Amino acid sequence: MENTKVIVGLGSCGLAAGAGKVYEKIKQLKENQNLQFELKKTSCIGMCFREPLVEIIDNNGSYIYGDVTEATATEILEKHIQNATPIKEYVVKTDLFVTKDKNFFEGQVKIALRNCGYMDPESIEEYQARNGYKSIEKISTQNISRTEVIQTVMDSGLRGRGGGGFSTGLKWRFANNNKSDIKYIICNADEGDPGAFMDRSVLEGDPHSVLEGMIIGAYAIEASEGWIYCRAEYPLAIKRLNIAMDQARKKGYLGKNIFGIEGFDFDIHIKEGAGAFVCGEETALIASIEGQRGMPRKRPPFPAASGLWRKPTNINNVETFANIPWIILNGATAFAKYGTEKSKGTKVFALTGKIKNGGLVEVPMGITIRDIVFKLGGGIINDKKFKAVQLGGPSGGCIPEYLADTIVDYDSVNATGAIMGSGGMVVMDETTCMVDMARFFLDFTKKESCGKCTFCRIGTQRMLEILTRITEGEGKESDIDTLIELSNQIKDSSLCGLGQTAPNPVLTTIKYFKDEYEAHIRDKKCPSKSCKALLTFEIIPDKCTGCMLCKKVCPVDAIDGERKLIHVIKQEMCIKCGMCFSKCKFEAITVR
Amino acid sequence: MRIERIKKEEVVLESDNIDLSLIDPIITKYKNVKGNMIPILQKTQETYGYIPRAAFNKLAKETDLKLSDMYGVASFYAQFRLHPVGKHIIKVCHGTACHVQNATAITDALVEELKVKDGETTPDNLFTLESVACLGCCSLAPVMMIGNDTFGKLTGKSAVDVIRKIRETETGTPCKN
Repeated sequence: MENTKVIVGLGSCGLAAGAGKVYEKIKQLKENQNLQFELKKTSCIGMCFREPLVEIIDNNGSYIYGDVTEATATEILEKHIQNATPIKEYVVKTDLFVTKDKNFFEGQVKIALRNCGYMDPESIEEYQARNGYKSIEKISTQNISRTEVIQTVMDSGLRGRGGGGFSTGLKWRFANNNKSDIKYIICNADEGDPGAFMDRSVLEGDPHSVLEGMIIGAYAIEASEGWIYCRAEYPLAIKRLNIAMDQARKKGYLGKNIFGIEGFDFDIHIKEGAGAFVCGEETALIASIEGQRGMPRKRPPFPAASGLWRKPTNINNVETFANIPWIILNGATAFAKYGTEKSKGTKVFALTGKIKNGGLVEVPMGITIRDIVFKLGGGIINDKKFKAVQLGGPSGGCIPEYLADTIVDYDSVNATGAIMGSGGMVVMDETTCMVDMARFFLDFTKKESCGKCTFCRIGTQRMLEILTRITEGEGKESDIDTLIELSNQIKDSSLCGLGQTAPNPVLTTIKYFKDEYEAHIRDKKCPSKSCKALLTFEIIPDKCTGCMLCKKVCPVDAIDGERKLIHVIKQEMCIKCGMCFSKCKFEAITVR
Repeated sequence: MRIERIKKEEVVLESDNIDLSLIDPIITKYKNVKGNMIPILQKTQETYGYIPRAAFNKLAKETDLKLSDMYGVASFYAQFRLHPVGKHIIKVCHGTACHVQNATAITDALVEELKVKDGETTPDNLFTLESVACLGCCSLAPVMMIGNDTFGKLTGKSAVDVIRKIRETETGTPCKN
């Protein structure tokens, strides 16, 4: 087993699931038993639901083991490495036989994630071995002009993957057209959407592709300085970016006259974000890099004309940059082959919520939401009823089950009232209350509103108050109309994307789940049994054995009853904590 | 409204033993650097765990940053703290994925265990309980982060167990439960 490699996935999800311990265990076993294999690290391959993951590559091929613990790691090393017999039931991905999770990868096309999970993110050599820095070298050796690079990106049809969906090539052309002694290129890695982690995975798993994308962008628009604005909540991403930048500088890939292109001086700095969702907006992000409060300003002038320190600036998202080297190397047509008429290429989605196979998938545009949820995602946890997906986070909306055949492209998703967003896809089942979801997002946008525009600052506050009231059973018949009216005013009167899209979660839930709002308001009931204030807990006399457990756990002594006698909940005292319901061993308590 | 982050300040007399010389290297490094305010505040917070009032005053004197600008920035961004925090900061994720997987139950359980409200610090200065928007470990929801360690697939009980274990290590006395 001379050439065998054992590779442990050490992305943030893997580490949180215990991959660090697994790595140490394997290292210790390797040393103690003098096992012959090469131990390596990689990042997230997207199968977050099977973390920690350990890949073994032997003479036959690759086997990825899932749900590895210290104990199973020992077993795997013993059987697979020492006795050359893979443990088939633990393998989650291989080309050699069928695994139960094979559907997760079927239909995926990896462009932005082409290296994630397939190489050591801390090794520039491994990136180079996978065609890394070949695209910028191609530009240099074949003397491809700036206009040609921009044209290729235009032709590929690549649109901003941060959510805006604006043509990347066009953005570059604007920045290129504005002449200035200094220009900046910024990578937006302030992934603030709750429920999205695509950019984190790319930065952790393949930082060099983002750097190369930025270098190509800098060449195209003649920028001399680059900034990566990264959330401070992503310490591992920042660490790996720093390592990657040091390696690139040592190789001369960042610095003066890089890649032999005369006069092409370019270097990159990292700016740690300080925690403000609004900084995902271009002008707020620029203010933040300048060291000010991250408040958006009026556009125009657009950053392409006057951005960071009043110089022409181009901002793209992490995933957008990660696509660039692939497009340059393989050509615009190869990229545009995937997708629909107006949305080309692939999109990375973070599949989360009530889904069996939660993780990261990259799919060609044009696939249906249903296929993502049921084919790749494996369906709903505990096989409950699929209710809706939430796309686009606080700026997006909920798409109900009956529209699940909507295809994933910018225009089709927009038509439903949701937005493509950066790629967070939160799956909801019958137990998720849509009014509560709307309240959750408004609570978020209310907190994150920078306060500059009155309608966003006060309107979100008022909407939240109304939604909270509804979920507490105090809703009024006029509330739905008031919510719609406020929504339209906030949309019309806010300067930036945060305010303009903040009402979307409310508007889409009213559009598709009006009956739930009405049930809360008129019947004072939560159909999903999620809003606690609207629940009634009752004991079913036929099932109660008089075990007294519920009486014991009730924190407010709201349950009457003696041993072996039927118990009763005193409704006027009940605080609806649900302790009795979760503790009862005889299913004798109902929730209505 | 980010304005909510500015709490009515109780008059707390800061202990005199704040060693202000600790931020001298930060001032030397960042003074007169373009866009230096956020890094200076970040490094100051790294030094003390929060930004003490005395440090604001010193920075205002020794750099060209204005006190009002610094306060404006520090109160704008979620990262900056104007009050001391406990030794361990418990960040309970309340992102969308965690929310649908009942992150509220985690915070509720911790509130009960620690006997402090969200955003407060325990009297023994061991723990500060915080809610954060998203830690990006959505597939392991619900999640919390303590220091650099992330704990996933939590229940109220397992979250409390983590806290008890830390407390045991810190105080050396096993927990009664």
